[in-house]
Amino acid sequence: MSGAQKTILVVDDDEDFREQMSLQLEAAGYNVVTADGEEAARRTLEDLNPDLAVIDLMMEHVDGGFTLAYRLKKRQPPVPVIMITAVASETGLDFASAAASESGWMRVDALLSKPVRPEQLRREIARLLPE
Amino acid sequence: METLRVLMVEDEAAMRAAVSRALSRYTLRLPDIEGEYGFAIEEAGSAEEGLARIEASPPDIVLLDHKLPGMSGVELLGILAEKQPPVSFLTVMMTAYATLENAVVATKRGAYDFLAKPFTPDELRSVVSKTTRHLLLTRETRRLAQEKRQVRFQLLSVIVHELKAPLAAIEGYLYLLQDPGTGSDPAVYKKAVDRSLVRIGGMRKLITDLLDLTRIESGQKRRELVPLELADVARAAIESVQPEAERRGIAVTLHAPEPVPMVADRAEMEILFNNLLTNAVKYNRDGGTVTVRLTGGERVRIEVADTGIGMTPEETARLFHEFVRIKNEKTRNIPGSGLGLSVVRKLAHLNGGEVTVESSPGVGSTFTVEIAAHSPEAQETEPE
Repeated sequence: MSGAQKTILVVDDDEDFREQMSLQLEAAGYNVVTADGEEAARRTLEDLNPDLAVIDLMMEHVDGGFTLAYRLKKRQPPVPVIMITAVASETGLDFASAAASESGWMRVDALLSKPVRPEQLRREIARLLPE
Repeated sequence: METLRVLMVEDEAAMRAAVSRALSRYTLRLPDIEGEYGFAIEEAGSAEEGLARIEASPPDIVLLDHKLPGMSGVELLGILAEKQPPVSFLTVMMTAYATLENAVVATKRGAYDFLAKPFTPDELRSVVSKTTRHLLLTRETRRLAQEKRQVRFQLLSVIVHELKAPLAAIEGYLYLLQDPGTGSDPAVYKKAVDRSLVRIGGMRKLITDLLDLTRIESGQKRRELVPLELADVARAAIESVQPEAERRGIAVTLHAPEPVPMVADRAEMEILFNNLLTNAVKYNRDGGTVTVRLTGGERVRIEVADTGIGMTPEETARLFHEFVRIKNEKTRNIPGSGLGLSVVRKLAHLNGGEVTVESSPGVGSTFTVEIAAHSPEAQETEPE
C-alpha cells in the first residue's frame, strides 16, 4: 500500500457477508465502510467518497443493487463497482455467465457470484484500483 | 357471455339446419361454473371437410354423424384419437343406428357422448349442456394443475435461495480461514466458527419447518389422535425455550388453572407450541415476558402473549403466508425461516380451528389459536 488508505463501501443485507468483506479487505489494508441496504448506502454516500464499492445485487428491493450502482457510476469521478450476486442458475437468472456481454449495460465493472473467494476479490480490486 | 364453437359434421342439410336452429339461440348457465355460455354453429357436409376445419381451427365441441358419404364418422374419430398433441374438444356421435355396439366402438375411439337419431331439440340441448359442463371442468382442472406447477416452482426457487444464502455465508467464512492473510488471526477464527454455527442452526430450522409443512400438507403422515393434557405439552415446550429465554432475561409463565384435556396428535401440538414460543422469545425485548394461557372446553384456546417488537396492521395481514418474514430494522438480525407461522396456521386448520394475532408496534403481540378439543379425523385440505 502506498499513499493514502483507500476506502471501500460494502453494501449487503447479509450481516455475515459484510463481516467477511470487512475482515478480508481490512487485512488487505483497505478502509471499509458497510451499509446494510440501499437506503443506508445512500445516507452513507452523502458524506463519503469511496474509491470502490462492492454491492449485492438483490437486497430487500429486487433492483436495489442496480439503482445504487447507477448512482455510483453517475458520480464524478465514477466509482468502480463490483456487483456480487447470489442469484442461482436454478432460478433461471444466471447473471454471472452473461457477465462479459451484459456488464456494460448493467453499469458495473465486475460481477462475482457468492461465495466470493478472497483471491478472486483481491484480483478484481487490484485491477480496478491500480496503485 | 362466452361463445363456444360447435362444429357439426353431417351430410343432411335439413339435419344441419335443425341442429343450428336448436342451438343458435340457446344459452347455458351451469351450476358451479361461472358465466353464461352460447354456441356458434359451424357446418361441414363430410368427414373430410370436418377434418379440414378441425385442423384449420379446432372447435370446442364436435357433433359427428355416424354415417357419412366418404370417410365415416367412426373413421374420423379414429384419426382424431391419434392426434398429437391430443385434441382439446369433445365429440358427440349422432346416429340413427343406436346400437350398443356402435356406442362401444365410438366411445372406445374417444367420443364423449352419444345422441340417437331422431332426437328432439331438448334432447340435443341436454347432451350439449352435459358435454359443455365436462369440457369446462376439464379445462379448469388443467388450468389449476398448471397454476399449481408454477406455485411449486416459485416455492422451490425461494427454498433454494433461502438455503443457498447460509451456505454461501459458511463457505465465505471457510475461505477466510483458508486464506493466509486472514486465517491466522484468532479473532477471525472465532468469528468464523461462531457465525457458521449460527447459520447452520438456521438452515437446520428451515429444513425442519419444511418437513413439518410438507408432512402436514401431503396428509402422508398418519395422525395419531390420542387423549392428552395440553398443559403438559405446553410445559415441555416452555422447557425447551427456557435456556434462550433465561439468557435474555425473559420470563415465560403458564396459566392453566383447569386441566385442558384434548384428543389430538401429540406431535402436532408440540410443533404448534414450539413455533409460537420460539417466536415469542425471539421477537421479545431483553427482560420481557411471555405469557401462555390455556382455556379448556369443547373449543380449546391457546394464547401466547409477548412484550416484543410487535407489528403494524399491514404487517400482521401478511404474516401467515409462506416465506413472509416481516423485514424491518428490528427484525434484520433475527434469524428465521419464514415458515413457522404458516405451519401454525396449517395445524390450526387441521384441528378444526384458526389462528389470529393482535399486535401493536413496540408493545407486543398476542397469538391466539382456537381449536377443537377433539381433533377432527378427516384431513381437511387447504382450499388454496
